[in-house]
Amino acid sequence: MKRHWWKALGVIIIFYTIIQGFLGEVPHYFILNETIRNMYFHVTMWFAMIILMLASVVYSVKHLSSGTRISDLRAKELALTGVVLAIAGLLTGSLWAKYTWGAFWVNDAKLNGAAVTFLIYLAYFILRNSVEDQQKKGRLAAVYNIFAFVMMIVFLGILPRMTDSLHPGNGGNPGFDQYDLDAQMQMVFRPAVIGWTLIAVWITTLKIRYHQLLWKKEDVKDEQL
Amino acid sequence: MKNTLVLLISTLFLLLSGSVLAQGPEGVEMADVMRSNGKIYVVVAVVAIVFAVITVYLISIDRKLRKLEKES
Repeated sequence: MKRHWWKALGVIIIFYTIIQGFLGEVPHYFILNETIRNMYFHVTMWFAMIILMLASVVYSVKHLSSGTRISDLRAKELALTGVVLAIAGLLTGSLWAKYTWGAFWVNDAKLNGAAVTFLIYLAYFILRNSVEDQQKKGRLAAVYNIFAFVMMIVFLGILPRMTDSLHPGNGGNPGFDQYDLDAQMQMVFRPAVIGWTLIAVWITTLKIRYHQLLWKKEDVKDEQL
Repeated sequence: MKNTLVLLISTLFLLLSGSVLAQGPEGVEMADVMRSNGKIYVVVAVVAIVFAVITVYLISIDRKLRKLEKES
């Protein structure tokens, strides 16, 4: 039970953000209206993704220094869950854009950056799957993962700030932090990021354990041969 | 497992009662009409149920994996 407390914590936090996210007070703005609540659901997807990708890079570096198979597996599964979060982020962002910016996809630095990030990580998996040798695959993927993470930071964190972007906090647009009522939103937004990260890590651990079981099965088969 | 469930459910009720009490004064636009009809709670409940189902599914996968891990 002691080992599972963080899973329960993640679930409790998400329930809290669902309830408080719908019913809590939010600042009133034109165009945004109630959709400002998407902060709790759409933006958290991206924040959780970035945290997972960071963890993935940490395991990639670990893999490069130790060469263990488990660190490679962890890096891969974290990146995979991160990509799933990115898909959720792209879809929800597209829907939100339709009703606030007028189209499912607008030519915005952050949007295109997000799309490029998505493709960069797709290439990570293509690279992994195209190398047969276990050792080589792990090392190549680890090196590429570091590159992918840096590119993600550039495309999501740096480039949108250097050009005009519709996203708050970029290209002269004020971030949500600058609105006064925001302290209330932060009370939901920050836990939401933690909650979704915990849930994503939980899902990732399930995948990792599944693959470890597969390894054991393979080992048994090898012994029998 | 049961302890976690009890903890989860009781915390949920706590949070729910808190948010009902925390309803602010009315009069400003936004979705107040929907809220005064009380129907926004239906949506909240639906989303919460969806997430609850996902959670139960995750727990069941977790348990199945643990069983397999013990066997091997």
